[in-house]
Amino acid sequence: MPLQRNPQLNEKGELQHLLSIEGLPREILLQILDTAESFVGVTEREVKKVPLLRGKSVFNLFFEPSTRTRTTFEIAAKRLSADVINLNITVSSQTKGESLLDTVANLSAMQADIFIVRHESSGAPFLIARHVKPHEHVINAGDGRHAHPTQGLLDLFTIRHYKKDFTRLTVAIVGDILHSRVARSLIHGLTTLGVPEVRVIGPQTLLPAGVEALGVRVFHDMRQGLKDCDVVVMLRLQNERMRGALLPSAQEFFKHYGLSADKLAVARRDAIVMHPGPMNRGVEIDSTVADGPHSVILPQVTFGIAVRMAVMSIVAGN
Amino acid sequence: MRLHIRNGRVIDPASGKDGTGDVFVVDGKISPEGGNADRVIDAKGLVVAPGFIDLSARLREPGYEYKATLESEMEAALAGGVTSLACPPDTDPPLDEPGLVDMLRRRAKALSRARVYPVGALTVKLEGQALTEMGQLTDAGCVAFSQANVPLADTQMLWRALQYAATFGYPVWLRAEDAWLAKGGVAHDGEIATRLGLPGIPSFAETIALATLLELVRATGARVHVCRLSSAGGVELMRRAKQEGLPVTCDVGIHHVHLCDMDLGYFDSHCRLEPPLRSQRDRDALSRGLADGTLDCLCSDHTPVDEDGKHMPFAQAEPGATGLELLLPLALKWGQANKLGLAATLARITSEPARVLGVASGKLAAGAPGDIVLFDPAAPVRIAPETLKSQGKNTPFLGHELAGRVRCTIVAGNVVYEQ
Repeated sequence: MPLQRNPQLNEKGELQHLLSIEGLPREILLQILDTAESFVGVTEREVKKVPLLRGKSVFNLFFEPSTRTRTTFEIAAKRLSADVINLNITVSSQTKGESLLDTVANLSAMQADIFIVRHESSGAPFLIARHVKPHEHVINAGDGRHAHPTQGLLDLFTIRHYKKDFTRLTVAIVGDILHSRVARSLIHGLTTLGVPEVRVIGPQTLLPAGVEALGVRVFHDMRQGLKDCDVVVMLRLQNERMRGALLPSAQEFFKHYGLSADKLAVARRDAIVMHPGPMNRGVEIDSTVADGPHSVILPQVTFGIAVRMAVMSIVAGN
Repeated sequence: MRLHIRNGRVIDPASGKDGTGDVFVVDGKISPEGGNADRVIDAKGLVVAPGFIDLSARLREPGYEYKATLESEMEAALAGGVTSLACPPDTDPPLDEPGLVDMLRRRAKALSRARVYPVGALTVKLEGQALTEMGQLTDAGCVAFSQANVPLADTQMLWRALQYAATFGYPVWLRAEDAWLAKGGVAHDGEIATRLGLPGIPSFAETIALATLLELVRATGARVHVCRLSSAGGVELMRRAKQEGLPVTCDVGIHHVHLCDMDLGYFDSHCRLEPPLRSQRDRDALSRGLADGTLDCLCSDHTPVDEDGKHMPFAQAEPGATGLELLLPLALKWGQANKLGLAATLARITSEPARVLGVASGKLAAGAPGDIVLFDPAAPVRIAPETLKSQGKNTPFLGHELAGRVRCTIVAGNVVYEQ
């Protein structure tokens, strides 16, 4: 069927849109990580700008509220000298009944080059990518439970920064896998780059059906799951899911799956601890761990800007 | 009016007859001989079969005329060789009052196209709170009572509805779906939904509801037709229920014997269907179950959706696919895959649904209504927006070329479609 062609690649197999890490070849992932490496220097300079996207318009199209991700995209675009327009759609046209594609068509008429899209519905960026003009690019900034590819890429960048070689690692992802686009994107990235063991740890209620098919080992016991891990990725537990059919309480979640120093002790001594933010201290992670020597949570944020610069400069160049 | 169809390959699934011969229609009914015909149709190279009977085709009236109208969808039915169709009650307002049903019947009759059999709402507004006036609705023309795609969550209500319907012998047509387990889901709960991050509907949402329904059939003796089965587990439960001799029949939609969740690809909203497309294993079990008689009928589950309704992210896209014009080609494709003869294949869209509906059509026996279709089983049909007569252009088969083209459709002895 015509829709089956990987919609993120152009005829030459280059990155046209970034919609999901799934289906991207290893070479493209490495190209993004290597390019990001070159931008880390820029972000540390006194004049933090390169002219790669001068004259280009980047539209931050956020159908779901977000401060952090939107801000990092904005900073990344500005450091590439692009013009950034922020649109918070939840409070404007969607409430007036304008359809998603009408919104995009209108913005497209305003000469957009890159759309950064966040939407509460899985697959929305794919729909947009199918309807934009050939010179326009779509970058998925998180769609429903499906994907958050730039977060996945910055996680990969962070892991490579500290661990160098993907092919000898054991990585554990802990918590609410069911609702997590971060987990899905990271799992695809890790398996594509040759990580031999990816684990997911959580109660049955927070693991999606058939998750093993993504190439992961499932653990329900956190100590067993963390044993000898090189990388521990904690996921955010949304407030509304802390009590109800999925979990009895935040306290009980912390008891079983919160990352405390004693649980972390079963991982490798040089293990790194990651979190996509924002953290719930005392729910999924203890403060002593979040602020401790294993934590690389703040460097993740810094790398996130370089990774988003890399993605934007690569798609705009293709 | 006397009609003589000659030289065709006459297939009558009800009797198993399959051979070259003549068919006569006199005064709207099939007749053993024709005398001097007013019109002779040469059917050389074509199959002559009873007109198709579709147990689920949404005509979208009243209430959803922007999606489709009676006129457009009746044209689609005839182009698809469908001479009788049952329409589910999920219109706006739902078919829960005799006046609405009467109006629909009159409108349909005035068009003198396919025969329309309204299925009434089982509960008022399909809300599952109060029974409809089934007696008056039956008088107005309802052939059965249904909840369409709105599951009846309250099992006490379901039990009472089946008791009441059983008292008077009204057939009840229901989909088997547990309202709570299906809540919020948009795709089969499995690897594909997990990958795509779509909320899932587990297979046991169907089997649990079906087990409940079958238990209530045992308790009440209601005549229940199970609509749109979707899972291998559901097929197995139906098999056992039939072995036990319960008064149940069931159908499957044309998409579910051909497609599975893999076909969602990159969020193809044409594959947003109710019930959801399940795994390959489920699809194969449905296809085989229809072949071995566990499932009785194949239906189009025709649901025209306007373009805006499909140009949405997968979960928000309106469910359903246009189907009337794909019923024949997809039935033939299914029959071929299961190595069935044409008579056995056509039985699923003629004599079997006629049995479920309790109507005299669906066969070519003398005295039966003169509803006939002439088709070329090998002629290609390209599925494209411009070739579909239905106002709904929404189908996962868009761009496909299938085999099986209707050449002529006859209702009550009148030629109503010719190509």
